[in-house]
Amino acid sequence: MEGLNGADMAFVIFSAALVMFMVPGLALFYGGMVKSKNVLSTTLHSYAALVVISVQWIFIGYSLAFGSDKFGFIGGLDWSFLKNVGMEANATYASSIPHLLFVAFQMMFAVITAAVISGSVAERMRFPAFIMFILLWTTFIYDPIAHWVWGDNGWLRNLGVLDFAGGFVVEINSGISGLVAAIVIGKRKKTQPDPHHVPMAVLGGGILWLGWFGFNAGSALAINGVAVNAFLTTNTSAAAGAIGFVVCEWLINKKPTTLGTISGAIAGLVAVTQGAGFVSPISAFFIGLVGGALSFFAIAILKAKLGYDDSLDAFGCHGVAGIWGSLGTAIFASKAINPAGADGVIYGNFGLLKAHLIGIGAVAFYAAVGTFVILKLISFVAKLRTTKEDESSGLDLTLHGEAAYNIYNH
Amino acid sequence: MSDVMTKVDIITSPNRLDDLIDALNQIGITGITVSNVMGFGVQKGHKEYYRGMPVDVKLLSKVKVEIVICEIPAEVVVKTAKEVLHTGNIGDGKIFVYDVKNVVRVSTGEEDRDALK
Repeated sequence: MEGLNGADMAFVIFSAALVMFMVPGLALFYGGMVKSKNVLSTTLHSYAALVVISVQWIFIGYSLAFGSDKFGFIGGLDWSFLKNVGMEANATYASSIPHLLFVAFQMMFAVITAAVISGSVAERMRFPAFIMFILLWTTFIYDPIAHWVWGDNGWLRNLGVLDFAGGFVVEINSGISGLVAAIVIGKRKKTQPDPHHVPMAVLGGGILWLGWFGFNAGSALAINGVAVNAFLTTNTSAAAGAIGFVVCEWLINKKPTTLGTISGAIAGLVAVTQGAGFVSPISAFFIGLVGGALSFFAIAILKAKLGYDDSLDAFGCHGVAGIWGSLGTAIFASKAINPAGADGVIYGNFGLLKAHLIGIGAVAFYAAVGTFVILKLISFVAKLRTTKEDESSGLDLTLHGEAAYNIYNH
Repeated sequence: MSDVMTKVDIITSPNRLDDLIDALNQIGITGITVSNVMGFGVQKGHKEYYRGMPVDVKLLSKVKVEIVICEIPAEVVVKTAKEVLHTGNIGDGKIFVYDVKNVVRVSTGEEDRDALK
């Protein structure tokens, strides 16, 4: 076990567990925001991602994302079924932890990204179609994009983009895919928000905030100054995102809401994901503040204007705040924070912004087209959405044969 | 004292239920049935906000208190309820008074006025 560092290993393995904990967090966050008749189907979307993608990842997913480069586009299958992946470190990706631990850490990212998309299609998508979707989507969209951005010789990585914890790979990717999925699958009968358990959603959001420390600080892949900086940028941006969101709703709707506070915090966390290890905590404050405000306008105003039914705002939160976070990273990044990074616009370097604009365009385009094609292909073999009657009766009963709250059965 | 048995239904805000029960106890009411109900009157619903999106809530939570009486005059019950619930604002509630044909106490089989004693 030469070159391995015990502290780094302990840190990353714990961070991986924190990212896994974001799955129940997301399940509660999303579950609280749907009607009581759909809470189990929504919860199961998150857990299904954990179950399905955990297997996909060690079979082929990891290799497609991080295996030997094919044209900068995708990894080869040389590491499929974890062939030749063991306890020795892989110096290219993380030089002080076992290669297998890097696999596990990255696995949780693939899991949570697929789960995020479920927010866009909640309360109407059929379960078999959802399973097929996350499997195909992770294989053909997530894995290649992870390779572009993080894989050795990935084309965006070679272009010089900075993506500390998945602004491109997780946030923009899931947000845009969610938007396209919401449009392809169509609106629910009743599109106005009808959260059946707001404290549950708020608890889920709080768990996401905690999990994000593993997500962002853990992405340093070693317990060092960059990890500490990422921890603080993450927390700062979450707080600033909550402020940005609540100030907007307070001014416009005259009420500061609890769900708005936690939604803003999540938008702040999304926004700082890309730059967490490259910007200062003070820069993270601006990134979060703007991310929270933009997310408010996307959810409260843009969605109503354009008329798409992104049920739980995967796009309004992850897409919009993710795109801003990518631009924010290009503006605020500093080599003084992380010598492995680059300087941003405020330090006179416009090259990073150019690379990030290309990255945003490429990831958004590929995610949008890919999601559309995958859903169309699935629609040949399975119905994408429930019937109107089943939607009215609720997905818990009609798709899963169980009810969440059996309060009248003594 | 007539033989008339009367049912009084009071629909009002759940926030006022405790005060109402206390007042009814003071005039000697011996049994009430309370249900959680939904409804709206003149005030219609209200507005809620979720993530900045306004939602019109059409039905509000109300309680329905049902009382069947014979010894205590219905007018006394109505007067008491009015005194406790009145603020002069919409949403104070409504009171309905009906005649009751028969009452049966299941445990003893007593009927009519006997069942209420």
